[in-house]
Amino acid sequence: MGYLNGFAVTLRQLFLPRVTTDYRGGFDDSPSDVKRDKPERLHGRHVLNRYDDGMEKCIGCELCAGVCPAQCIYVRGADNDPDDPVAPGERYGYVYEINYLRCIHCDLCVEACPTQAITESKLFEFSFTSRDDAIYTKDELVVDDDGRPRQLPWEDWRDGDDALTSGWMRATSPSGDHRYVGEVAWSGELGYGVRDPEPADAEGASPTGESPGEAG
Amino acid sequence: MSGHLVLAADPMLAGDIGLVEVALTLAKVVVAFAFLLVAVMLMIWFERKLLGGMHQRFGPTIAGPFGVLQTLADGIKLFFKEDLVPDRSDRFVFKLAPYLSLIPAFLAFAIVPLGGDFNSRGGEVEWWDRVTYLQVADPPVGILLFLAMSSVAVYGVMLAGWSSGSKYPLLGSVRASAQMVSYEAALGLAVASVVLITGGLSTHDMVVAQAAEGYFGIVPRWNIIVTGLVPFIVFAISGTAELNRPPFDLVEAEQELVGGFHTEYSSIRFALFFLAEFMNTITMSAIIVTLFLGGPAGPALVSEIGGVGIAWAWGVVWFFLKLFVLLFCFVWMRATLPRFRYDQLMNLGWKLLIPVALGWFLFLAALEVGRDRDWSTLAVTVVALAVFAAAGLLLARAVRSGRSHPGGTAEQTGEPAGQVEENV
Repeated sequence: MGYLNGFAVTLRQLFLPRVTTDYRGGFDDSPSDVKRDKPERLHGRHVLNRYDDGMEKCIGCELCAGVCPAQCIYVRGADNDPDDPVAPGERYGYVYEINYLRCIHCDLCVEACPTQAITESKLFEFSFTSRDDAIYTKDELVVDDDGRPRQLPWEDWRDGDDALTSGWMRATSPSGDHRYVGEVAWSGELGYGVRDPEPADAEGASPTGESPGEAG
Repeated sequence: MSGHLVLAADPMLAGDIGLVEVALTLAKVVVAFAFLLVAVMLMIWFERKLLGGMHQRFGPTIAGPFGVLQTLADGIKLFFKEDLVPDRSDRFVFKLAPYLSLIPAFLAFAIVPLGGDFNSRGGEVEWWDRVTYLQVADPPVGILLFLAMSSVAVYGVMLAGWSSGSKYPLLGSVRASAQMVSYEAALGLAVASVVLITGGLSTHDMVVAQAAEGYFGIVPRWNIIVTGLVPFIVFAISGTAELNRPPFDLVEAEQELVGGFHTEYSSIRFALFFLAEFMNTITMSAIIVTLFLGGPAGPALVSEIGGVGIAWAWGVVWFFLKLFVLLFCFVWMRATLPRFRYDQLMNLGWKLLIPVALGWFLFLAALEVGRDRDWSTLAVTVVALAVFAAAGLLLARAVRSGRSHPGGTAEQTGEPAGQVEENV
């Protein structure tokens, strides 16, 4: 009676422990009403990072916009005022917009960025109610003076959700430097410091394998 | 009674009809109506909770204790949504369709006996010196009303899809009408078996017959046993198909047809369809309980409290217990079985359920005739089995032959030439 085995399966599930959690939005005091830990490498909304001295990392090169498969990034670069530079170097991102109605959080922009200016945080709860709100401008994306993401009115955060925001692990060579091939490194971030390597990485496992010939 | 008009077999309506009779009838209608609405609310919650459990999820948890009020919240939300009527729709029919599927669900429920003491009083209760049944109506046509209503409900689904002026709803409604019409035949034949055993159409009489003394003192005389299980299985399967519930929910197959017949519906009109669907589920379960599981019949464990007879309340308890078990099975089926393919659906209906239901009906009829004329039951069974085997073989051969010649030559079917020759 192969047909009927399925009924036993579904009935058995009823008495197994639930795989979901009893999260109700975190407004309850009950111990079950807590968010689950998010995966280490979760792709949330972006942040634009700064250097320790407050300079913006973005140099307006538009590589992120070029690589974006959903074409949700719009960048315009401009020359820095030598007396009051926004970013070190010649150029800075004058306009930077990401349309979150289109973004698929693939992280290719982060891979493409030569200065690690754009990274993805773990923030994912932002339910905007208008198309204007869906387009995050540079003011909203750039981290504040402490290096933490700015919380927008429609974003739902809890304590610690913004921690380790900038981290995206680079198994490929950052900035095109071939010496980093196979080295796992997190991009630095101002507010929280650099993340520890993942356990598997710490033991020297190399996710990309040795391929010096293709480096750089 | 001077005229030959029989309003109902309910003894209360047989005599003079005064204020009390009208008031009692109205009260019964209101109670049944309110019960159905509340039951739908709880049923949706129960289904979501149980499905969640079978998926190892929690289901609704937030609105009210254990999420009981989730349906209410959803209903209020639906009320306040924008009510869209597509430009290309047939506006009148579009607005009419939800009611066409909602009202039959209510009406069919009217013939279900909800309670009463069937052990000693034949299901009658005495309130305000009026003897009556605990069911909204007991028309002489009885169970035929249910068949009629489930036929009318087809129009609701069919017209909804047709009047939407859109492709997917139309496809959904074409599927719906084909499916519901074909399964209605099997449904009717299964009902016919019960009618044959009972010797009447009235649902009340059916329960009375099932409440009689059972076999060996413990096995109840329910129709599921008296009719030999087969009509029950046929009825349960074709009833599920009639409800468009999984695994027969091709009508609203989300993966293929968006929402099926109600794709273009929104707001309160969509809510009405949703309501009708779950109301139909409850009504169908109640009808199955009435037809096959003895309805409210069951032992009255405590017949009175403080001198007030409560034996009738035990009928209500038994009825709801049986109803609950059936509703659980409906949800269980939904959690377990994947959706049928369209040709499988039609094959099951036309080539299996209808022949089996018809054959079993004839077999029961033969047994009845044999009992009248003192034929040997064994002989009748043997002859019947022989006839079944012959008919089954013929049918199988006809089906096979039809398959190898789908209106054309053998080459089109791609069957080996030798086998085709053999079939010819």
